[in-house]
Amino acid sequence: MAEPMTAGTAPIGAVVIGAGPAGLAAAAELVRAGTHVTLVDGSPRFGGQYWRHGAADDSPSAPSPRWHHGWSTYRELRDTLLGAEHAGHLTHLPSTHVWALDHGHAGGFDVHVAPTSEAVGPQDLCTIAAERVVLCPGAYDRQLPVPGWTLPGVMSAGSVQAFIKTQRRSPGQRVLLAGTGPFLMAAAATVLQTGARVAAICESTDLTGWLPGGASAALVPSKITEGAQYTSLLARHRVPFLRRHAVTEIRGEDRVRAVEVSRVDAAGAVVAGSARVLDDIDVVGLGWGFVPQTELLMQTGAETRLDGDGSLVGVVDGSQESSIPGLFLAGEITGVTGAAGAVAEGRVAGRAAAQSGTGRRRDAAARARHRTFAGAMHHAHPVPRRWEDWMRDETVVCRCEEVTYEEVTTARDDLALADPRSVKGSTRAGMGMCQGRICGFAMACLSSQSAARSDGDHAAARQVSNRPFAMPLSLGALAAEHTDGEQPGSASSR
Amino acid sequence: MNSSSTTGRSVTITIDGAPLRVPVTRTVAAALLLDQERMAWRSTRRSGSARGLFCGIGVCYDCLATINGRASQRTCLVEVADGMEVSTGSTTDAPGEPSARPGDAAHG
Repeated sequence: MAEPMTAGTAPIGAVVIGAGPAGLAAAAELVRAGTHVTLVDGSPRFGGQYWRHGAADDSPSAPSPRWHHGWSTYRELRDTLLGAEHAGHLTHLPSTHVWALDHGHAGGFDVHVAPTSEAVGPQDLCTIAAERVVLCPGAYDRQLPVPGWTLPGVMSAGSVQAFIKTQRRSPGQRVLLAGTGPFLMAAAATVLQTGARVAAICESTDLTGWLPGGASAALVPSKITEGAQYTSLLARHRVPFLRRHAVTEIRGEDRVRAVEVSRVDAAGAVVAGSARVLDDIDVVGLGWGFVPQTELLMQTGAETRLDGDGSLVGVVDGSQESSIPGLFLAGEITGVTGAAGAVAEGRVAGRAAAQSGTGRRRDAAARARHRTFAGAMHHAHPVPRRWEDWMRDETVVCRCEEVTYEEVTTARDDLALADPRSVKGSTRAGMGMCQGRICGFAMACLSSQSAARSDGDHAAARQVSNRPFAMPLSLGALAAEHTDGEQPGSASSR
Repeated sequence: MNSSSTTGRSVTITIDGAPLRVPVTRTVAAALLLDQERMAWRSTRRSGSARGLFCGIGVCYDCLATINGRASQRTCLVEVADGMEVSTGSTTDAPGEPSARPGDAAHG
C-alpha cells in the first residue's frame, strides 16, 4: 500500500471513492486531465459489484465473461488506470475502506481509510487529505422481511449474481427469484447460463407501470435488447414468470426447502386464498431494487433527497457536484440508474473535478437517457406499499439483532416511538454489525406512523443512513491513530 | 454450460480441522457452500439460528467465520489460499453476556 498524504498537510489532487463503473470512469477522466488520483476501494480488484469478477477474468487472453455487459468498457477503463498507475499518476488503494469522510482543516476533505477487516496485515488507519473527492460508493439490494427469510439458502438476488460472476457456478440447483425489478430477470438468466434451474420469478408488479414511460424506455435501445434477450432465454427454459406475485413464506427446517407464493394486488396486499407452495427450492434470491450506500455522504452533511424508488440519494448539479463544493457524486449515489448511467455520470464528475471545463455533450446526453429510463423503471417497479400484509409477529425484521416484527411494532405503538432512531434505541434494530443496511428500509417504513410510509419519508431515510463509522473498527486501531499525534478531525456526529 | 472451475488450479485449505482441496477461484463462502455443501456455518447470538451466505457482497455480516485465527471475517469476500485455516460455528465476535431486552427471559 502506497503512502498517502496524512491529515495536517495541504490537500492535493483528487480522491475517488469506489472502483465500480462510476469510480473507474471518474478516475480515468481525472488522470487524462493530468490530476493525480488516489482511488480507494474495498475490493482487491477493480469493477465494483456490476463488473465483479474473479482473477482469471483479468488476464489479457481471457474472453468476455458471458454474464457481463459492457465488459469492453471495463477493460478500456482498467487499462487506462493501470497505465496511469504505472506512470505514477494514480495511487490505487485496494482492500481499503473509507470509514469516515470529513471536511479538512485546510479546506478540502479528510478521507479516513483503513484496510478492510479481511485484508492481510495490521489494521493501520490513515487519513488522506484531498482537494476534491468523487464519491462513487455504489449500492446493494434492498430487502423486505418475509417469514422464513433467515433460513440458510435465502439470499439477496445480488448475492446469486455475485456468486456466479466469481465462481461460475450457481449457489443452488433450483433457484427462485422474487421481489421486483428487471434485475430479477438478469439474475435468472445468469443462473440458467450455469446450467442450474430457475423454479420461478415472482414479480410483485404487473409491468403495466412501464406503459406511461414506454417512450422513455425506447431511448435506451440496449435495454430493450437486453430485456428481449432475457425474455427469450426464460421462455426457452420455460421459467414461470409470475406477475403480481410475492413470496409470502419461506419454508424449511435447517435450510430452504419450499416457498409459498401468493398473488398480490396493485398495492401489494396479499390476495386471500391465492397462496400455493413451490416445492424443491434450494436457493431463494430476494431483491426489491437497490439502496445506495449513503453513510459517507451523510457524514459530510451534503444535501439529500428521496428518489422515485424511495431511495435516499445525493443532490447534484449538472457537473455532478453536490451541495458541498469540491465533493462530486457519481453512480447509484445520485439515483439508481445502472452501470451505463454510472459510467456517464462518472465521466462528467471526473472532468468537473479535474476542472477541465464543461462536460462532454455525449456524456451528458447518455446520463439524461439513463436517468429517464431509470425514472420509468422506478415508476414501474415500486416497493409494494402493503408489504406488511405478509408479516407475522415472530418474523425477524433486523437480522443481525434478531428483532421481530412484534417487537418493532410494539415499540412504535405501545411506547409511541415515532421515528427509526427511537425504535432502534428501544429494540436494538439496526445496532448489529451491518448497522441497519439490511433492515434500514423496512425500519424506516415501520417506525413512522404516517399512512404513506412506503412512499418515503426523507427524514426517516436519513436517520437509518446515519453511520458515524462506515466500517467496524477496533478501539485499538482508533487509539493508535490518535496517539500518532494526528487531529481527530472536525467536530462531527462521530 | 460448465460446472467446474476453468482455471484448473486447486489449493488445500482446512475447514474445522478437515483438509479440503478446492479450486483457487473459490471464496471461503463458496468453498463452504459448493465443496462442503453447507448452507450455514454460523449461529446467531440471540437465538442460535443458523446463518450462511446472504448478501454475498460484504454488507450484511451474516457469513462470518474465523480465518487464519482472525474472527468475524466475511467469507463471501475472502478468496482461498493454500494452507488457509477456517473455523466455523462461532457467534459474532462479542465478549460478555448476550444483551437483555424487554421480552427476553431475565439473565442471571
